[in-house]
Amino acid sequence: MAPPLQPANSHLKATKAATTAATRAATRPGGTRAAARIDWRAKLRHFVQVVAFALAIAGIQYAFTPQRPLGPPMVYSLLIATITWAIIDLGRELFPSSAQTGWPPGLQGLGLVVTGIVVGYLAGTALAEALCVHVFRFYAAGAHTAALDVRSSLIISALAGIAGTYYFYTINQAAYLQRQTAQALHQASQARLKLLESQLEPHMLFNTLANLRALIGTDPPAAQRMLDRINDYLRATLAASRATEHPLRAEFERLRDYLELMQVRMGERLAFTLDLPEDLATHPVPALLLQPLVENAIKHGLEPKIQGGHISVSARREGASLVLVVHDTGVGPPPETSAAPDAAHDAGASTADAQAGVSDGSGGFGLAQVRERLATAYGEQGVRARRADELFQWGPAEGGGTRCRITIPLQP
Amino acid sequence: MTTGPLTPPASSPTALIAEDEPLLAQALAAELATAWPELRIVATVGDGLSAVQRALELRPQVLFFDIRMPGQDGLDAAAQLADEWPPELALPALVFVTAYDQYAIQAFERAAVDYLLKPVQTQRLVQTVQRVRQRLDAHPQAQSAVEPELMARLRALLASGHAATMSPGASGGAVAPLRSIQVSAQVNAQGSAGNTIRMIPVSEVLCFEAADKYVRVLTAQQEHLIRTPLKDLCAQLDPQQFWQIHRSVLVRADAIDTVSRDEAGRQWVALRGLAQRLPVSRLYAHLFRAM
Repeated sequence: MAPPLQPANSHLKATKAATTAATRAATRPGGTRAAARIDWRAKLRHFVQVVAFALAIAGIQYAFTPQRPLGPPMVYSLLIATITWAIIDLGRELFPSSAQTGWPPGLQGLGLVVTGIVVGYLAGTALAEALCVHVFRFYAAGAHTAALDVRSSLIISALAGIAGTYYFYTINQAAYLQRQTAQALHQASQARLKLLESQLEPHMLFNTLANLRALIGTDPPAAQRMLDRINDYLRATLAASRATEHPLRAEFERLRDYLELMQVRMGERLAFTLDLPEDLATHPVPALLLQPLVENAIKHGLEPKIQGGHISVSARREGASLVLVVHDTGVGPPPETSAAPDAAHDAGASTADAQAGVSDGSGGFGLAQVRERLATAYGEQGVRARRADELFQWGPAEGGGTRCRITIPLQP
Repeated sequence: MTTGPLTPPASSPTALIAEDEPLLAQALAAELATAWPELRIVATVGDGLSAVQRALELRPQVLFFDIRMPGQDGLDAAAQLADEWPPELALPALVFVTAYDQYAIQAFERAAVDYLLKPVQTQRLVQTVQRVRQRLDAHPQAQSAVEPELMARLRALLASGHAATMSPGASGGAVAPLRSIQVSAQVNAQGSAGNTIRMIPVSEVLCFEAADKYVRVLTAQQEHLIRTPLKDLCAQLDPQQFWQIHRSVLVRADAIDTVSRDEAGRQWVALRGLAQRLPVSRLYAHLFRAM
């Protein structure tokens, strides 16, 4: 693995300037913008590697037939390799998906390689023939078209093209995976930071402590139970910083800690149910994925509603998918979530906070973050490619309230 | 509402607690029973709407308002109460209770009103009780003298778009003044107006009045309904041009014709070009005091 990883690392270095999550997110969707970001230093490096590879092939050919001159195979090899390389390595930038994976998907990728090799061979051979005859004068026109030569050079071109493509494809894949991993780690730390912020959010913190203070006087055992919840909740957050994924069981336990804390505070205004089937309990999910959704349900759903309401979180199997649903019976999303500039007229949300949180269609920072984490973990890759709106749906629930639905592939 | 084994006589001071977290409401009542045994808690409510309603019904002398509450927050509730409190009566003593509303705390720090930080500490509560008792024991004249200051603080907080309850950054930046108002012709038309949008120049508007989920936009000729909340409009209008005279009313200052006081002591504004008279809240009575 050492040689392919070497260029992969330099790849990462080359794109380092653009590796903040924000710029990556901003440049991801546009194919045209991605095409404008061709890394020419990487291309030059590829070209040098291709030339070296072509010279090596010519050298091997010469080694097998030392009675022939070295010149012609070198010219042929270099030209075929250069043209093939140019078509494949530069051509792939025309496909939008290359910006992310570095490679056109499926048949398009295959077509590109075949085109590259065929055109590279035909054009390279023709050009090399012309050069050998007219420029270098290795031999006279028509003297070098033996059937055996055609067949062997075709085979050599095809094999070399495939080998080269495979080599670069592997490098790209490694770089892509590394980028993906880095992004997933970044988002996970963002999620934990957000969680810590919400724990240390002064209203949450001081109100929780105020409740604890009240309970110490009136109901010491209940105060102890509440303190235990706080401990579990804080400890879990810190523990989650060591893993980007954890089993659904752990996810649901964290939600229970949080909801029980909130229940002490909100009293009868908060009821909740958590439904996790036993056979899904060990299924891995991105750590604390649902936390912001449940926080939103409380903050924007139940807290503004005088009589409070109910939150249900459930996991279930639907075919090959794992479906997670967070549903609340709160005030629901604002009636208008249009993109009109003055769309912030929400009669229900009295605070600007609530407006910033839910009325901008994307659903504010909490929801945007969930969307992004899902897209990184499950979106647009391999045979299980999912579009963002398939992974995450958010909107008004039947009979009032808000419903979030996450659909991710079940792992075998 | 554990007011102790001895029920205080009916003439003892009364209080209302508005706090959405039941344990905290209980705890405050219990602490008050110790710190101010004579105080009778006449109601404990969990939201900003009931707070106003019950306060108007029971007319307690002291109000403990949580700032963050469902329905409407404590500041809005106080403003509404100022609007609807009988004009001949002094407002109750107002104590805000909050976990962390930095702006509100700063605003009320040296004002006539008091505030308590959650978790409420006994020592601090005793101080507050002393201050409120002094106010209640004082001459009614002295009591109403502090009202303008309280109103000013409350006004400032409400005008700042509830800096207290806002997330940082949400209030940032001045908004360009509004020049015209978009109204969908559908809302105001009698008949089928389709998808036409009309532009009403702000210079033609005499008055904005909040009504339920809409804001009525009144010009000399017509009335339109828009969905932009009055609070948002406030931020986009020139405060010299449009005066807020009530929680739900903005009027064009140079269209004001007369300001009169009715027998109940309430002030009313009449605008040139508008038949309807508009109420002035005691929260904004300062605008016409010097006249």
